[in-house]
Amino acid sequence: MSILGNRVLRREDPKFLTVGGTYVGDIPIEGALHASFVRSSLAHGRIESVDLEEAVAAPGVVAVYTAADLGLAPLAPMGLLNQEMKRPLLAEGVVRYVGEPIALILAESPAAAVDAAEAVIVDYEPLEAVVDPSQALEGGVLLFPEAGTNVVFDLSSEEDPELFSGCEVVVSQRIVNQRLAPCPLEVRSAAAEMVEGRLRFYASTQGAHGVKDELCSALGLPPEQVHVISPDVGGGFGAKGGPYVEELLIGWCARETGRPVRWTESRSESMLGLGHGRAQIQQVTIGGTRSGRIEAYRLSILQDSGGYADVGAVLPFLTRQMTPGVYDIERVEFHSRSVLTNTMPTVAYRGAGRPEATAAIERAVDCFAAAAGLDPAEVRRANFIPKASFPHTTAMGTEYDSGDYEKAFDLALEMAGYDELRAEQERRRQRGDRCQLGIGLSSYVEITAPVSGGEFGAVEVRPDGKVIVRTGTSPHGQGHATAWSMIVAEQMGVPLEQIEVIHGDTDIVPRGGGTGGSRSLQLGGSAVHKAAVDVVERARRLAADELEANPDDIVLDRSLGLFHVAGTPAITKSWAELGAASLEREGEPLAAETDFEHPGSTFPFGTHVAVVEIDTETGQTRLVRHIAVDDAGRIMNPLLAEGQVHGGVAQGAAQALLEEFVYDTEGNPLTTNLADYSFISAAELPSFETAFTETPTSRNPLGSKGIGESGTIGSTPAVHNAVVDALAHLGVRHVDMPATPERVWRAIREAKGAA
Amino acid sequence: MIPAPFEYARPSSLEEAIGLLAERGEEAKLLAGGHSLLPLMKLRLATPALLVDIGRLEELCYVRDEGDVVAVGALTTHDTASRHELLRQKIPVFSAVAGQIGDPQVRHRGTVGGSVAHGDAASDLPAVLLALGGSVVAVGPDGRREIPADQFHLGFLETALAEDEVLLELRLPVPAHPAYGFEKLTKRAQDWAIVGAVAVRREEGAGLGLINMASVPLRAAAVEEALAAGAPPAEAAERADEGTEPAGDLNASPEFRRHLARVLTRRALEKAFA
Ligand SMILES: Cc1cc2nc3c(=O)[nH]c(=O)nc-3n(C[C@H](O)[C@H](O)[C@H](O)COP(=O)(O)OP(=O)(O)OC[C@H]3O[C@@H](n4cnc5c(N)ncnc54)[C@H](O)[C@@H]3O)c2cc1C
Repeated sequence: MSILGNRVLRREDPKFLTVGGTYVGDIPIEGALHASFVRSSLAHGRIESVDLEEAVAAPGVVAVYTAADLGLAPLAPMGLLNQEMKRPLLAEGVVRYVGEPIALILAESPAAAVDAAEAVIVDYEPLEAVVDPSQALEGGVLLFPEAGTNVVFDLSSEEDPELFSGCEVVVSQRIVNQRLAPCPLEVRSAAAEMVEGRLRFYASTQGAHGVKDELCSALGLPPEQVHVISPDVGGGFGAKGGPYVEELLIGWCARETGRPVRWTESRSESMLGLGHGRAQIQQVTIGGTRSGRIEAYRLSILQDSGGYADVGAVLPFLTRQMTPGVYDIERVEFHSRSVLTNTMPTVAYRGAGRPEATAAIERAVDCFAAAAGLDPAEVRRANFIPKASFPHTTAMGTEYDSGDYEKAFDLALEMAGYDELRAEQERRRQRGDRCQLGIGLSSYVEITAPVSGGEFGAVEVRPDGKVIVRTGTSPHGQGHATAWSMIVAEQMGVPLEQIEVIHGDTDIVPRGGGTGGSRSLQLGGSAVHKAAVDVVERARRLAADELEANPDDIVLDRSLGLFHVAGTPAITKSWAELGAASLEREGEPLAAETDFEHPGSTFPFGTHVAVVEIDTETGQTRLVRHIAVDDAGRIMNPLLAEGQVHGGVAQGAAQALLEEFVYDTEGNPLTTNLADYSFISAAELPSFETAFTETPTSRNPLGSKGIGESGTIGSTPAVHNAVVDALAHLGVRHVDMPATPERVWRAIREAKGAA
Repeated sequence: MIPAPFEYARPSSLEEAIGLLAERGEEAKLLAGGHSLLPLMKLRLATPALLVDIGRLEELCYVRDEGDVVAVGALTTHDTASRHELLRQKIPVFSAVAGQIGDPQVRHRGTVGGSVAHGDAASDLPAVLLALGGSVVAVGPDGRREIPADQFHLGFLETALAEDEVLLELRLPVPAHPAYGFEKLTKRAQDWAIVGAVAVRREEGAGLGLINMASVPLRAAAVEEALAAGAPPAEAAERADEGTEPAGDLNASPEFRRHLARVLTRRALEKAFA
């Protein structure tokens, strides 16, 4: 019987539940200096002077640096982006958002470093700030005047004036996909020390190798001089995809001073320093027949990139690929522009460009259904890409690998008891209840492992029978140690306890793409799978030599983890014996390494149903049920997969109902702690009802797709649609996210006024 | 963030605490549960030179039956208040409200005295104290004095307590009828109220406290008057925002707060008179 597909408990948890994890901030480093940053309190301004005198003289302070001291070249944006918009590691002459680091202080204690930072006086000449992306697009205020524009990335073209011609029903809606703060529980943290002439760098990251590459490039170091270690990581959600300027500077400081240097930010600092996500203003137009057939769809996006050209600027590229979602739409148009504003730069956040695509099309479909007077469930069913047409290439040119959208949809509706919910809604409407019911649907398809690049995997059998697995992925809560062990156990027939999974150390793992874009299982898991298959093959040959038989006659009894000659199971060779034999006979360990080539992205899908209750007097919304049916191909471990769905749904519901990072018109951040920024808690959520359908992909040997972001992608529009649905009979057609009590109350009032 | 440097003292008696306050004046701050003060210090919005930690003064931890008044010692935690048998029986509104403050962590550290002394209009207990028509007892170098609840809150985070006074206890009159109504609208379970209303039955009519409707905790005097004059609750509740000056912030505009005050007051009254 296969171990795959079973609810194997997380091998990681005994440690986390007893002694706790070891995060960067926990690593003991003798004699380390502590860094703190002086940050801009102004959204846009010229730095007239930085008075460091008091800070330099403050007790415990060892060094104070500003841009001029660094001698480091500014960081160039990614290839696709406007190359004029380079980012200095410390602000040089101009500050472009509140929180931008201006000076760095090294002191003997964290408190001394923070106190000294308070003593630095920065004199600014204020410049007009631009916070609204639409204004940024107009270019009245430029963040890089030399660039002549705030546009970082442009994917727009001429609109086809005929796109909706012939459509009986056409609806347009402006949708704000608001700015979010990713809020991993572990904030950013870094430590660096020089060890035998090499830079050893501890990173809280989603990919140690990426950090190494960027340290090498920013500091001008050859790869062999840099060693990056990422210990336990307390969440990243995309925002720890690459190192921040602060982290690069910690590396620089260790080299500059020759002393170990460390830094762990506070939550308030993190809200101003860890990249934000989403931040798109979308305009959708959708058209079709009165009977519910969708014929044309246009999505135009303004992506807020924040103060610099970071990853967020390029995400519309992913939004574009997923524009029509699960629907078979003949005419599809996409436009986007990414613009700089005087706000925190945006980066990848759980879903990174794909949730925005789903949110747009799923709201659009509901608007269309409402305009046509049809049930949103029927409109979806009538427009799904049919099962028989996979692989399917959409009007955007994206090739979806496999899918059965209707199956997941039917299951979700069945679990929800859709017809009974509609009946209950009708009863409440008839009675004019204060508390109304809303039912929201969202059928999504997303893209996992969206970026090219393969993954490294290796398996080695030690002479004591222990199996060492090395992976280039970078788990930070996902449970790779459990899943990779299961894959290896399945192939080799060794017990999980005998397997150790190593990741996040660039001296031990030569290459790695890290963890992001839900890529890990399909690439990293497949690499480990391939390495395990190769090791079994090598072992078979060794066993043949040892047993003086033909390799073709050797079988591996996976239930026992023993090799024998077919037909003579009494004489066996164990993994330990073969591990030793390999060293003895061949002078090298019994091992295999592999680089699994990227075989093309996969496209998980599903349907979520959200049920909300809205108090129509106070505007308060309560999510009372959430049904998630997700299809990520073959499910390796339902426990891990459900964990990903649960977390994702929580974050997705939070976007619909609670979270928004807010700036005032001058660019002052207003939600800089977790009291003002409404990070969701368990008390606001129901118990989730989850299920999987399994439509395998042929793009990897495991048949699996990614599941890390589906929860977020599927849930937000379901909850959002449910809110609007609850108010539909009152004449409400749209409420922007987050659907706060006041927004809901106003929407009801305005609809009443209009009626 | 890390608070600015400060000295720390842990007096072993109330007397010693008052002595320290008298000696150091405005640069000293009492520390009780720390759940209002420490966040301010971490953001360096408060930078006291001396913290006088009264957190372990047993003499301030009590709930005493005095017949028609229940005296609650300042250091009683929200959690203790929410579970205390005597309070639950005689003044159920107080235990019920205390049991809904913040989250379990906050309720185990936060104290009723700190809650009232901090003077935050968004806090729940001051509104209860107002609705009940209670008072607080303060002790200073010159002895003790009793301050009626509606004379205690003077302005934004400003109370009638002198620099060298310690809030000793809350005095809660036992209401005519145990029925009450408490309604608060929060973003998340653990958040402060966007707006809240507490209604307590009186011999005639009801006492009404409002949460977060001005820079200080408020009594909905117009509603109390209307009720006393015999208006039905729904009608009286329409006057809940009279005399209020609600702030506008990320959670609500002043206009929405006024609306909420009326709705929540009506609901609180409906419950109190159910
Ligand atoms: C996450 C969170 C959520 C919260 N949610 C709510 C909520 O929903 N509703 C609510 O009402 N409150 C809420 N609070 C506040 C909580 O109730 C506080 O604990 C309380 O307001 C203050 O009590 P404390 O004992 O912690 O006071 P401290 O923080 O120790 O002190 C507060 C102030 O009062 C002074 N002080 C304290 N004790 C005395 C005394 N005996 N005499 C004179 N002065 C004194 C201090 O000097 C200080 O100025 C929340 C707090 C947090 C952190």
